[in-house]
Amino acid sequence: MNRKGVNVKIDELKTDVGLIKNLQLSIGKLIEETWAEPIGPTPFPSLTALREWDMKILQRYKPFYMPYCDVCCLCTFGKCDLTGNKRGACGINMSAQQSRIVLLACCIGTATHIGHARHLVEHLIEKFGRRCPIDVGGINVKVEAPITRLICGVKPETLGDLEEVLDYAETQLTHLLSVTHTGQEGSNIDFESKVFHAGMIDHIGLEVADIAQIAAYGFPKADPEAPLVDLGYGTINVEKPVILCIGHNVVPSVGIIDYMKENGFDGEIEVCGLCCTAHDITRYYKRGKIIGPISWQLRFIRSGVPDVVVLDEQCIRADSFYEAQNIKAPVIVASEKNCMGLPNRTNDPADAIVEDLVSGKTPGALILDPEKVGEVAVKVALKVAPLRKKFKAIPEVDEVIQKAKECRQCVDCRRACPQDLQIPEAMKAAAQGTLAKLADLYELCVGCGRCEHACPVGLPVHSFIVKAGEKKLKQETYKVRAGRGAIQDVEIRNVGSPIVLGEIPGVVAVVGCSNYPKGGVEVAEICTEFANRRYIVVTSGCSAMSAAMYKNEEGKTPYEIFTGEFTSGCLVNVGSCVANSHIAGAAIKIANIFAKRNLRANYEEIADYILNRVGAVGVAWGAYSQKAAAIASGFWRLGVPVIVGPHGIKYRRMLLGRTDREEDWYVYDARTGEKVYVGPAPEHLFYTAETKEEAMVMIAKLCMRPNDTMKGRAIKLTHYIDLHKRLYGTMPEDIHLFVRTIADVPVTMKDEIVKILEEKGWKETVIPDPTLLPRMIRKRKE
Amino acid sequence: MAVAEPWQTAEIPGPKKALVITKPEVVAAMIKRAKHPILIVGHRAAETELGDKKLIDYMIDFASKANIPVVATAHMISEFSKRDHKPAGFMPAVDIGNRLVDSEWMGIDGKGPHDLALFVGLPYYMEWAILSGLKHFALNLKTITLDNVYHPHASWSFANISVKDWMENLKLIMEKFEEGGR
Repeated sequence: MNRKGVNVKIDELKTDVGLIKNLQLSIGKLIEETWAEPIGPTPFPSLTALREWDMKILQRYKPFYMPYCDVCCLCTFGKCDLTGNKRGACGINMSAQQSRIVLLACCIGTATHIGHARHLVEHLIEKFGRRCPIDVGGINVKVEAPITRLICGVKPETLGDLEEVLDYAETQLTHLLSVTHTGQEGSNIDFESKVFHAGMIDHIGLEVADIAQIAAYGFPKADPEAPLVDLGYGTINVEKPVILCIGHNVVPSVGIIDYMKENGFDGEIEVCGLCCTAHDITRYYKRGKIIGPISWQLRFIRSGVPDVVVLDEQCIRADSFYEAQNIKAPVIVASEKNCMGLPNRTNDPADAIVEDLVSGKTPGALILDPEKVGEVAVKVALKVAPLRKKFKAIPEVDEVIQKAKECRQCVDCRRACPQDLQIPEAMKAAAQGTLAKLADLYELCVGCGRCEHACPVGLPVHSFIVKAGEKKLKQETYKVRAGRGAIQDVEIRNVGSPIVLGEIPGVVAVVGCSNYPKGGVEVAEICTEFANRRYIVVTSGCSAMSAAMYKNEEGKTPYEIFTGEFTSGCLVNVGSCVANSHIAGAAIKIANIFAKRNLRANYEEIADYILNRVGAVGVAWGAYSQKAAAIASGFWRLGVPVIVGPHGIKYRRMLLGRTDREEDWYVYDARTGEKVYVGPAPEHLFYTAETKEEAMVMIAKLCMRPNDTMKGRAIKLTHYIDLHKRLYGTMPEDIHLFVRTIADVPVTMKDEIVKILEEKGWKETVIPDPTLLPRMIRKRKE
Repeated sequence: MAVAEPWQTAEIPGPKKALVITKPEVVAAMIKRAKHPILIVGHRAAETELGDKKLIDYMIDFASKANIPVVATAHMISEFSKRDHKPAGFMPAVDIGNRLVDSEWMGIDGKGPHDLALFVGLPYYMEWAILSGLKHFALNLKTITLDNVYHPHASWSFANISVKDWMENLKLIMEKFEEGGR
């Protein structure tokens, strides 16, 4: 690929022609073209290069805004009251303001991933060199960076090649953020188009970060048999010193593991993680352990088990330093993005930092050198563990009962609780000596701790819940398959045809954070339901952890039951948040490897292919973050619908189709140029489900695509109807919208469905070669 | 006018806030005055106990007496079916919200745009958000929440009231329809 920043310096050179002295030559970029595939129409697309595609999608999936704030307070003209879609002093109306806020959120998410990727790439280049090859699956993965190839039109081969890709992403992000300034964009629909652009750029950040770390650190490389690793509080040997790493950027954790191995402490210390850093620890180190998703932060720190807490970046509680102080555990912060007010000790001798942390002279330190983090964390853990004796911040049962008697039943805790949990009732029962009601809250609690800050008496309500649920916490011993990274090209070849024809009923990506409405068990139930139905089920991030936190009657967790191969009936953990890129990558590779569509800078055609043919749906049941918003946006532009849990409504804008508007559901038949009605497939692009049951029915429905063969559509309808009957107790009322010919009707339900079709006045349509792009029509209608 | 606070403390509204229902007769009067009301019932109606009955039982009774078409959200259709009640329709909560902002939508029963939407039994934050969408973008629609918590984005809402007061209020509203509906 291209080479940046070539510098040649010659002090003295004697030739036949003459003598050259002090020659300095600088070349900005060397173009080295080795990729034969022709360049597509949109290499390194600008903000508006894919605007027409966005408008096509947004014409069908129109935004439904649910403002979270009635005013705008972003400039000194304001606050401006935008109630009722009024315009503010700058002229913006409520619709545009809402999409502007969505764009702002997506820019935050995208910046976070790109920043993460940039740090990783710079660090790994420093450590492994610019020419370190990008190998994410050996001979099994020829398309190593499908997102980058698709968007940028370049084929990265080494770590150094990724710099140019990040340069582009950072430039786009700057433009996107500037769009949110007062007095820029005024149209909500154009804001939405830019939201899609932010999401697409975000996916580049995801991909660059993950392929860089896979290649350099030797994570599992597209390995369907990545090892099963330990997950849960109960898997930690509390007799050992414990180092807890929280966040998403694995670099400091690698420093810890390397130091431990190199100095003979492997097996002497427990290294565990919370959130995505935990995934990446286990991709690097089989003995590493995952405690659980982001919502386990407070409960695990307060348990007193960690002897040292290491914070890197993203999704870290802002009070984790104070929480660690409460259990007398020293804290090391290891990212410029999260300094926690601590002194910078990066240039101090490691032993001096260790001494200060162990003696308590300083409760924490900022160390920006990952190797030094490793040395300090290990030495401190070994010295502090015998002193701390697992000092904890969770009260004993007697104390809970006594303190609960101070509760005034003011209900402020419940009103602060995002889950509206019945905390006052549980406190009343606790005051009377029974903790059963508090224990019932344990699995529903998202671990935010707002109840404690709301309590006028200052009761540590969350700690009470954790104490009551302590038995469950200590029994958390599960297995999760370590993040495998990319999907192999051969796997794509094997499933490409049945996915596109509809015979594998869908690809369900259960991803995202842990802001669940009714506990993580629902994630495990969703995954199990669809894997049993022979869908391809893929997981990542905190959801991948929650999917593991469930056992069947035989005591097996879902990852022990289902295969890790990307095939019908699987449960595939791709890895941390940045590994979501492999899910998008798999959809792209279906179009490229199976359908032989050109990939290079050919975004619109590939997205059109995915929207119309690849029955994939994302489910972010506990999405909470701006990063999740950005990831989802990238999937929307690519034509993959996303379902979020009820808390996801707080993203304040849905992209919803209207089944009652027939005119919205026409595509071109690429064979003839005719416009053909294909029904609402998929019906929505971004959608909040109120309950797990609703989500499950909608997952099955959103997997339908215009290209489904008759056999494929019959299979998909069978699942949709079966789930609808089981969970809703009735036949779906929109079945006629998804039957194109009688051959689409599942044989076992034929009589029942034909009767409905007759009642609805159904008419047969054709199954087209579907596209939304006029340029894809092979023969124009005369 | 009574002052009320949102049930979830941080869900602070903007300048336009719901009027507080202090007299249930007002709700009954608004429903009677409406040309084409609609009742949206969320999944919590099947979980919420009101004495020896569930909230959904009250709503079925109310909708029947007031002759209001019902939309069941989420998987609530199964709960209605168990009680031998066929709602006018069922659809996701965001879907019904999205349709209600469309002034050209002919309603759940095809009889024309709705001018009054009553909500009950959705998770607080979902109902809060959907009511916000309607406040800002469905300018010809009035909204009432029948939950026992204050929803600032509705046109009319109860304050945060006890279950006992809630039951009494719902019964009083229903009494107004006992003699022949709207």
